[in-house]
Amino acid sequence: MIAFLLKRTANAVFVMLAVALLAFVIFRFFGDPVEMMVNEQASLQDRVELRERLGLNDGFVTQYTRFVTNAVQGDFGISYRNQQDVMVLIKERFPATFELVLVATVISLVVGVPAGVITAVYRDSRLANMLQLGSIVGVSLPSFVVGILLILAFSVSLGWLPAFGRGETVDIGWWSTGLLTPSGRAALVLPAISLSTFQVTLVMRLVRAEMLETLRADYIKFARARGVPTARVQWRHALRNCLMPVITLTGMQIGNLIAFALVTETVFQWPGMGMLFIQAVTFVDLPVMAAYLLIVSFIFVALNTLVDITYAWVDPRLRDDSARGNG
Amino acid sequence: MKLRHLMLATAAVAALSGTAQAENVLKWGANRDIGSLDPYSFGDSFTINVLNHVYEGLVRYSKDLKIEPALAESWEILDDQITWRFKLREGVTFHNGNPFTAEDVVASLTRVSHETSPLKGNLPAYVSSKVVDDHSVDITLNGTYPLLLNDLTNIHIFDEEWLTENDALMPTDVGAGTEGYATYNANGTGPFIVDSRQPDAKTVFVANADWWDEPQHNLDKIELTPVNSAATRVAALLSGEISFTNDAPVQDLPRLAAAPNVEVLEGVDLRTVMIGFPFRDALTTGAPNPFKEKAVREALYKAIDLDLIHQKVMRGKSRTAGATVAPPIPGYVEALDNLPGYDPEASKALLAEAGVPEGLEFEFNCLSDGLVNEEQFCQAIASMWSRIGLAPKLDVAPRAVQSPKRTNGKTDVYTLGWATLPLLDSYSPLLQIFHSKTGNAGVFNWGGWSYPELDALIDAAGQELDLEARLALQTEALQMVKDEMIMIPLHQQPMAWAVTGEVAEMPLFADAKPRLWFARMGAGS
Repeated sequence: MIAFLLKRTANAVFVMLAVALLAFVIFRFFGDPVEMMVNEQASLQDRVELRERLGLNDGFVTQYTRFVTNAVQGDFGISYRNQQDVMVLIKERFPATFELVLVATVISLVVGVPAGVITAVYRDSRLANMLQLGSIVGVSLPSFVVGILLILAFSVSLGWLPAFGRGETVDIGWWSTGLLTPSGRAALVLPAISLSTFQVTLVMRLVRAEMLETLRADYIKFARARGVPTARVQWRHALRNCLMPVITLTGMQIGNLIAFALVTETVFQWPGMGMLFIQAVTFVDLPVMAAYLLIVSFIFVALNTLVDITYAWVDPRLRDDSARGNG
Repeated sequence: MKLRHLMLATAAVAALSGTAQAENVLKWGANRDIGSLDPYSFGDSFTINVLNHVYEGLVRYSKDLKIEPALAESWEILDDQITWRFKLREGVTFHNGNPFTAEDVVASLTRVSHETSPLKGNLPAYVSSKVVDDHSVDITLNGTYPLLLNDLTNIHIFDEEWLTENDALMPTDVGAGTEGYATYNANGTGPFIVDSRQPDAKTVFVANADWWDEPQHNLDKIELTPVNSAATRVAALLSGEISFTNDAPVQDLPRLAAAPNVEVLEGVDLRTVMIGFPFRDALTTGAPNPFKEKAVREALYKAIDLDLIHQKVMRGKSRTAGATVAPPIPGYVEALDNLPGYDPEASKALLAEAGVPEGLEFEFNCLSDGLVNEEQFCQAIASMWSRIGLAPKLDVAPRAVQSPKRTNGKTDVYTLGWATLPLLDSYSPLLQIFHSKTGNAGVFNWGGWSYPELDALIDAAGQELDLEARLALQTEALQMVKDEMIMIPLHQQPMAWAVTGEVAEMPLFADAKPRLWFARMGAGS
């Protein structure tokens, strides 16, 4: 088990280093941050000096090593644009993204699971067909379109919900939450729905497939034969046995949602990490871009590694198999 | 969330904003956030513009963009011709209550011209400053220089005591990776006080009741919210969540104008859009460079149907320009504004005469995030040039990608927009663009041209303290730029702001900078 743990951790570290390297290679094509930092009147000499001070003239290997060494110590430097500590910037934005992702996840489960059961149990009914059709729309509409449609309907036409922003927030320690104020909750509704549309259909389809499988199992027939009420068989016995993969998927998708929140955040001006990243890209704010990529990939890697380890813990057969990789 | 809760929440929001309107809150939805609360931290004119509500300079622009006294009451040039003595306004206090004195001016000028300050270029002639007495200060320059006041409009004055207390006398330095107190806090003398700031979400300013000047605005509060996505900004304006935006997207103007509660404020920006040519020996393809010939530049100029661009691409909202500076800019005279006339046949003849091979390939470098409708007018111009037998290769990409190519001569023909900011004087493009690349001059001379006669005129203007004489020199230089067709001007681009019915007065400034100390909101709305 210890050998397995070490192996998985080593893998994770390797992935992180690769991400950092890739990020660095990409940055070379992003252009010159100095051009964005100085104003019209700066002389050529000023520009050269600034480039030198930022260490942009150093070799690729030197820059990469310096970045990794600092990053390991949690030091990503300060943002070119805001002149603020990058870690502080990300720490400020993280709660916004996390709350959005959390609420979107809850919506995806609360809507997706029952919808999946209904489409499995009442196959070919009108409701099930409509849900199936709706799920195709949900999968195929890009989330920024969903976002803009929601804004048009609920903010512009009906005027019920705010079109942008996070409303009033309350600080609990360093964590700022919008869940405790009415305006914060109102502001959360549209972005969370827009972020969850894809997720809802994913959960629904997974539950549906699993349910169809499970409903054919012998113990369901036995339960029916014993005279257990149909609804109870479907919603308790069958559904419970379907939930394991749903929970796994939901856990793994959190990483995805954090990454995809970027689009939703841009549409709704949600002050989260994705918004920070998009602005960093516009201004070639390399420290922020690098830190964001690393932190998001860290979340991905950590979730995957955790899932792998849990699986191995639950199912000893996987430990010997680890060399082939189960992530 | 339950629907009932949701509706309660909405009702609460409505109630809150209802009470807020009673105290004149201007909700400003900008297309981006300010970088920080420190105007000296990043060379960004939007940040400086917004922070101008909090910090002030020694002089400022009036409602008709003339320079007028602000923190300085008067000034004179001493006998040595390079020292300026400023008499400071008395009785001015900073937001924290500290009195404004000469020490503050010296500390601020030292800070902005410090080696690590990205804004030191904004004071090109500055050498040193010293306190004469509590309310007089001497600024010494590196030579006779007529545009110090223009420069000073953008140099914000900090409180020396406050800077010292908070260890912020030096500007922040990205190279050293240190943060600064002034990045998060502000203490100016201006008409508004920073109340709170959440980066990328909201910055709240409240009116300064102790402002030294008679306020013309009637605002109690400004809430600055960045709304980056144009569609969301329009939606927020229509739903009344913001009451003002300084960037109404051109494609949505008809829709905004049709909305009952929204008023669109349109104008023409000072920014002149131009096309520049390479003057190097070879093109990026390696072929000999024909653009060094004036006849070839003229051919390209005459091949552009400026009227079509104005009508179709700019939807009739631009101002077709013949001069490289806009009419309100000192140095402009009407004679500079003649147009060459669209004549593709003449272009072909000129090209043939100059021996330019049919199908000559060259790069045409445009920005995707630069000027208004830049991508579209670049495409239009590229096809107009194709019609006279050239083969321009359009290269469109974001500014961050294109800038290195442009500054390093890795491209041929390019676009450039110049608003003469922050000087608001034709000396700005002459020095920065048209002068040869020497020392501080010609930073934007990307084509690499050099006209010694033109340089001499610009240098003379840069030392001429007499306004009339200086402007005459500059006009002469601009005429030379026009005759030589160093760059070809296309138009001044349109700009559009939009306000909701709550806003009674919002003066539109040609330099595209909102100055909310002139804004008024409707009474009792």
